[in-house]
Amino acid sequence: MESVTARPAPRPTDDSAVYWNAIARHELVAQRCDGCSTLRHPPRPMCPHCRSLEWCEQRLAGTGSLYSYAVLHHPRSPAFDYPVLVALVDLDEGIRIVTNLVDIESRDIRIGMRLRVAFEATSDGAAVPVFGPDPNDTVPA
Amino acid sequence: MTRAHVLPRDAAAIAGIGQTEFSRHAGRTELQLASEAIVAACADAQIEVADVDGLVSYTIDPVEETELVRTVGLQEIGYSARVPYGGGGSMGVLMHAAAAVASGVADIVVCYRAVRARSGATRFGGAKVAVNVANTHAGTTASQWCMPHGALTPASWIALNATRYMHQYGATNEDFGRAVVQLRTYAATNPAAWGYQRPMALADHQASRWIAEPCIRMFDCCQETDGSVAVVVTSHERAAAMPHPPVGIAAVAGAARFEQEIASDHYRPDLSVMESSAVLARRLFDDAGFRRDEIDLAMIYDAFSPILFMQLEALGFCGPGEAKDFVGDGNLAPDGSLPCNTNGGLIGEGYIHGLNMVTEAVRQIRGTAANPLPAVEVALVSASRTGAILTRS
Repeated sequence: MESVTARPAPRPTDDSAVYWNAIARHELVAQRCDGCSTLRHPPRPMCPHCRSLEWCEQRLAGTGSLYSYAVLHHPRSPAFDYPVLVALVDLDEGIRIVTNLVDIESRDIRIGMRLRVAFEATSDGAAVPVFGPDPNDTVPA
Repeated sequence: MTRAHVLPRDAAAIAGIGQTEFSRHAGRTELQLASEAIVAACADAQIEVADVDGLVSYTIDPVEETELVRTVGLQEIGYSARVPYGGGGSMGVLMHAAAAVASGVADIVVCYRAVRARSGATRFGGAKVAVNVANTHAGTTASQWCMPHGALTPASWIALNATRYMHQYGATNEDFGRAVVQLRTYAATNPAAWGYQRPMALADHQASRWIAEPCIRMFDCCQETDGSVAVVVTSHERAAAMPHPPVGIAAVAGAARFEQEIASDHYRPDLSVMESSAVLARRLFDDAGFRRDEIDLAMIYDAFSPILFMQLEALGFCGPGEAKDFVGDGNLAPDGSLPCNTNGGLIGEGYIHGLNMVTEAVRQIRGTAANPLPAVEVALVSASRTGAILTRS
């Protein structure tokens, strides 16, 4: 399992703060359009489907399945422990996020496996979402 | 009536090419590298440098236009443009140059790219902890979502797509290695290449260390390179009066899809397909009226070997998932159905961000390439979301 004490804090922009502010309080959220109800990620100021500028935060269940991954070996930043397990997770609500896999050996990673969110601290009191195998899941991968 | 989404056929031609040496330590600035390449390209076209009246480069190129003008002594610039999307936009510079010439706002446009990707302040493959989301226009703003998770390099971002591609179609890293061996075979006999006289066996490729498992080993990556390339674009009429037979920019197009980014392209539903290249192929082949079997040479942007496979499929040279067999059967070789990246590509020759793929296509059409093919009449240069078809005039 990674130790992430030196992991650098995310650097939110005005557009992305909605996501990272929620992560800092250990909640996974996405923007939901007030005009057409479509969820979107990464955050942006306008709905690309109906062009509404109105939106709200929707809290997500934090469950999903592994869409893809990579086991990163080089180059190495002192801020991370290697190998880094980076992943794309398709959340059950229908959006995809970049994250890390935890509590799993790289040889046990399977695309399609069910995952559940956890949160890990970064420098400056922030956090990032990470995903581990979902212990409660009974749905076959 | 459907409008063709390409410039009019033969809107402009390439009259000159120039470059510096490709190295790991140029020992001089990007401004000097660009100046040397531009002077060389003008000499190749046998035009006065001072007659250049248009400049096109990449948004992320560090060479500032006003400094370039006062360095090489340009007298009157009528057109300047920069193209976003990093290497994905590398054929966009030809589109801008050809459009400027065709519209009449400039007579002689120079496209240039100068990099110190190895010795400079920012190594291309180095770990970056934060992306400049405000002003690089490299098409990788989504990398801001990767950095906090330790995905700090273009290889790490593209690996997420490549792993999915492998999962979808059963391709292996060894399959990618077979393409790399071919690229290194070409590079081994190209004196300008990083891989000159250094051919590689598949076992060497498979013994190289993992960068991003299970898809990208060290030798699947392009060469971080210092150097510069410049290309002179003008009208066919002007080019015909110059010493080399003009190389026609017969078709040039761009194509990008909703939610697509460049290296950090993680949000489209199916990442095993390079959709932009499929649209690009529609424009270059269907709209411009070329057939795939007319292509004598393909120069395909190979920053990392998996994206060569994904482009071969999306461009329609083989079906989805068939690139491993297409490559394995030797189709990229000189006697294959699609000789590809005959300079060694970005993996074997060097990484001037795609513009050295144009110079190779021009040399093959002229018959002056280091690894000359018998007769190249029609060459495709593809950079995933921008591309061109170059022809012998």
